[in-house]
Amino acid sequence: MEQRNSPAHHNIPALEKTPSGIIGLDQISGGGLPRGRTTIVCGGPGCGKTMLGLEFLVRGATEFNEPGVLIAFEETPEEMARNVASLGFDLKDLAERKKLYLDFVYVEPSEIQETGEYDLEGLFIRLRHAVDSVGAKRVMLDTLEALFSGFSNPGILRAEIRRLFRWLKEKGLTTIVTAEKGEGTLTRHGLEEYVSDCVILLDHRITEQISTRRMRIVKYRGTKHGADEYPFLIDENGMSVLPVTSIELQHKVSNQRAPTGVPDLDAMLERKGYFRGSSVLISGAAGCGKTILAAAFAEAACKTGKRCLFIGFEESTDQITRNVKSVGVNFEPWIKKGLLVHRAWRPTQYGMEMHLLRIHKLIERYQPSNVIIDPITNLITASTEKDVHSMLMRLMDFLKERGVTSVFTSLSNVGEIAESEVGISSLIDTWVLLRYTEIFGTRHRGLLVLKARGMAHSPELREMVITSQGIKLGPADALLAYRDRERQPQLDDQAPVSQNVRSKGNRSTAATRRSSRGAR
Amino acid sequence: MKKNSKETAASADNHFQLRLYVAGQTPKSLAALSNLKRICATHLDGRYRLEVIDLMKNPQLAQGDQILAIPTLVRNLPKPIRKIIGDLSDTGRVLVGLDLRDLQVKSANKNAGA
Repeated sequence: MEQRNSPAHHNIPALEKTPSGIIGLDQISGGGLPRGRTTIVCGGPGCGKTMLGLEFLVRGATEFNEPGVLIAFEETPEEMARNVASLGFDLKDLAERKKLYLDFVYVEPSEIQETGEYDLEGLFIRLRHAVDSVGAKRVMLDTLEALFSGFSNPGILRAEIRRLFRWLKEKGLTTIVTAEKGEGTLTRHGLEEYVSDCVILLDHRITEQISTRRMRIVKYRGTKHGADEYPFLIDENGMSVLPVTSIELQHKVSNQRAPTGVPDLDAMLERKGYFRGSSVLISGAAGCGKTILAAAFAEAACKTGKRCLFIGFEESTDQITRNVKSVGVNFEPWIKKGLLVHRAWRPTQYGMEMHLLRIHKLIERYQPSNVIIDPITNLITASTEKDVHSMLMRLMDFLKERGVTSVFTSLSNVGEIAESEVGISSLIDTWVLLRYTEIFGTRHRGLLVLKARGMAHSPELREMVITSQGIKLGPADALLAYRDRERQPQLDDQAPVSQNVRSKGNRSTAATRRSSRGAR
Repeated sequence: MKKNSKETAASADNHFQLRLYVAGQTPKSLAALSNLKRICATHLDGRYRLEVIDLMKNPQLAQGDQILAIPTLVRNLPKPIRKIIGDLSDTGRVLVGLDLRDLQVKSANKNAGA
């Protein structure tokens, strides 16, 4: 049966799609909107319906050589042109170049008296005229349901709308019809009953005073599509939809290495450093030197001629430049050369999606080989842990797909692993843990490589010394001495080194061994 | 003087400029035209100008008067602009739409008086 069925199945031509040109939408819809069919875009007021449709028309006209027709029922073309001018869309220019035809349909019920039989042939004539004038391939009707307020005879109206959809399909026009969301229904007047090819639902929610827009493909007949809610943004470049997670893990891996900026740490990682294109997490308590370690990596990357994007949520560019200079990391020449791009903004400034988008855009613009985010834990102040987790996951996916080496720093309490780290640890290839201990009134920093996928990393705990010439790793004598005495249980669990020490039970032996290794 | 100016205004009001939008020779369009001609002959004898626009021939004209429904009768003068859609089979509603109720009442009275 299976065998007999499958060839027949293969003969059915796949549903043709028209790329919308909207970032992300074509990904989640598996190639775009159904070609020559009508798609309903519905949602509440201010959810971005009109924006989606307009971008579909503008991208079609400018990028795919598919002229479009906009029939606006609610806003005049002038108003609309003004609204989208901020997005860099010049509707007037497109209209003058015959790439776009704008027609404003004004329905004022108080001016109209109904007497006897009528139909909406006038609308058809206008639409046909518009389509013929520019040779349109795309149409947007915004918002068709405005007709319901203008005509009192629902029987005629419904028959005419049905005829309209049939006409659009016969003409092979890829159409977007926008509609207000109804109570418990997708559209107020049940337009989805007439169009069953594709329905996209938009939503605009405010959580913790930060707004997030979301998109869901409710229905897409005959095609595989993402069923999740996808966050999207509208900014100066139009709309961008962010797939929550990419469907498959199929990024290519690299065997090349990127120096960490700390020769002693390179030594712990097979003497070579991190894998290129991998993700690195540097976690630890406040003041452990996370930012410095990340900065050292940034400088090392620049020295090899690779561009590095450093995103800070705590320090401004000037501040971090000054601070890391004191420990032998000099950002200035690299910033001047354009190899180091540092950007800082407050984590509470945007919702997660906006953060993600801003990072995406910087990456698109500067095409860095390395990205540093310092620190990721600050984002939690601006959102929920779940959102941060999901955002980081998408960001890591995105970075890995592009083969970008990424370093994230994360603030955790002394001796503990932050919950957010547990959440993303599965996505992290190399995890460097920093911690400090106080011994006789002096603070000592410790460094441990908790995991390093794909390499035989050193299991040692090392003392990290920050000097004016950079970071040096020394033998962990002092730390071991201290720990041996205190026997901190959680340290024992995580550090195989200390287990060794405990089993030996001899402090001086252990110390000698460490120092010999450290000197190696 | 006052009386005169009123009369001038009234005579301007009395002149009707009508446009009937149709799309080809459909039964609805033909019905609308014959109904309109009958009503005008009865109520607006000599005081109107009628223009019939076939959108099949001149589709670009639909935009200017915001035509959606066919047939549509537009009263451009006297102001304000009024629109009546449908085949104009309901004379009463057409008169209401054209704001000719008063005239209708007057003529009814006249008829009753005679």
